[in-house]
Amino acid sequence: MFKLIEFVGNVSAFAFRVVVDLFRPPFEGEQIMRQLAEIGYRSLPLVIASGFALGAVMTLHTRSMLVTFGASSMIPAVQAMAFFLEIGPLLAGLLLAGRVGSGIGAVLANMRASEQIDGIESLSIDSFKFLVVPRVVACVIALPLLTLFMDFSGLMGGCLSEFFSSGSSFYLYMTRAFSTMEWSNFIPPTLKTAVFGFIIGVVSAFFGYTTNEGAQGVGKAATYSVVVSSLFIILADVILIKFIFFVFPENAI
Amino acid sequence: MSALTIPAVTFDHVSKAFGTKQVLRDISFEVAPGEILCILGRSGTGKSVTLKLLMSLIKPDDGRILVQGEEITCLKEAGISKVRRKMGFLFQDAALFDSLSLYENLALPLLRLTDKSQDEINAIIDKVLGQVQLSGDKAKMPASLSGGMRKRAGLARALVLEPKILLADEPSSGLDRITAAEIDELLLLQKAEHQTTVIVVTHDVHGARRVGDRFAVFDTGNLVAFGTASEVEQSENETARKLISEF
Repeated sequence: MFKLIEFVGNVSAFAFRVVVDLFRPPFEGEQIMRQLAEIGYRSLPLVIASGFALGAVMTLHTRSMLVTFGASSMIPAVQAMAFFLEIGPLLAGLLLAGRVGSGIGAVLANMRASEQIDGIESLSIDSFKFLVVPRVVACVIALPLLTLFMDFSGLMGGCLSEFFSSGSSFYLYMTRAFSTMEWSNFIPPTLKTAVFGFIIGVVSAFFGYTTNEGAQGVGKAATYSVVVSSLFIILADVILIKFIFFVFPENAI
Repeated sequence: MSALTIPAVTFDHVSKAFGTKQVLRDISFEVAPGEILCILGRSGTGKSVTLKLLMSLIKPDDGRILVQGEEITCLKEAGISKVRRKMGFLFQDAALFDSLSLYENLALPLLRLTDKSQDEINAIIDKVLGQVQLSGDKAKMPASLSGGMRKRAGLARALVLEPKILLADEPSSGLDRITAAEIDELLLLQKAEHQTTVIVVTHDVHGARRVGDRFAVFDTGNLVAFGTASEVEQSENETARKLISEF
């Protein structure tokens, strides 16, 4: 129990330092762009493929259920609601925790083990600002954008599935999908993934940056980054949903 | 006191432990400006720790460390950063940033710590890479460089800001004799042309005797001998005598 409290305290202090250093010059614009390309752009194929496949599969499952009740026309709306409210944000968060979290943890741990972080410090460069802050910022920016891709690729997968199942047109599917959607169904769940991004960036960077176990620490940092980030994301999701319901009570009905 | 009479580096009763392991015990020595000090000793006797303490990458438990008369042990981050600009560090495995090309590795400190123009930066990088004979390799990534090339690239990065004090952690380890001799020549050139103070941690007694003005011998965290080669050869400590005369 004491170790858990110590860990949470250390991660919180690490996160606080990220926020403070973010507003302290020099601003690492070039590094942030570099990390955005690595974290955001290179995660696109995984996110789009996962969203598309899940959208198609989900439509097949919900179709058999809704047809029983004669409500097959509701499939696009159910699909859109499910993706925009929960599946898209959560799945994007968990996928990125796996792909990006393990990457950040392993890269920073390797840099620590191979003295690259000491090398940066020896050049009078603040390694925390140079390595950690840009990665966290890139995660915060990339997650909401990737969630949008996840949501829309999920809809495209569902649309294609519906086309082959019932011959429904793209226009009809999209019209029905967005017929019951409101901005409050779309914006808060998408923006909450910025928090997921912050969690992934901070937790993964924490494990990578603070390791001191040499090569063995690289593997540990990668594993812990994924496991702890995923747990924190699920926990944060519960809290954020309650928060969204509090701010937008109409969503709770 | 003139700049020449102030020691470039002073260790004053410095001790350091990691957990229960005492790595350095009450170490005191001085290095004069423009001098090359070679630190010898068996593995795990605190030689590399000495360099890291000097670079403020770790803090001593006791004692004071002075760089050009300025105590660095009590400095905050901004002060440490200022002192580090006077120093260059060649790490044992070069510690080049593997996500940046050789050119970017060298340009990074120049871009961030100086207000030089791109043309000036290019000229400095060309000059330093020429010195270490890597002029044609600046577009290469560190992973594609051989061990000797990486070491020379690490030296180039350490020299790019024209440091007053150069620290080299086993500059010749893992290198053939010819390449090791080339690195030694570069250290001597740095001393001759820029009066750079150089502190070298090494196991290579051949190389150490070629470049070193004075020698410090460490054994189980203690400084057991300090002086010129002949002084260390006449030391009462057997380990020191063995290390300095090992051929």
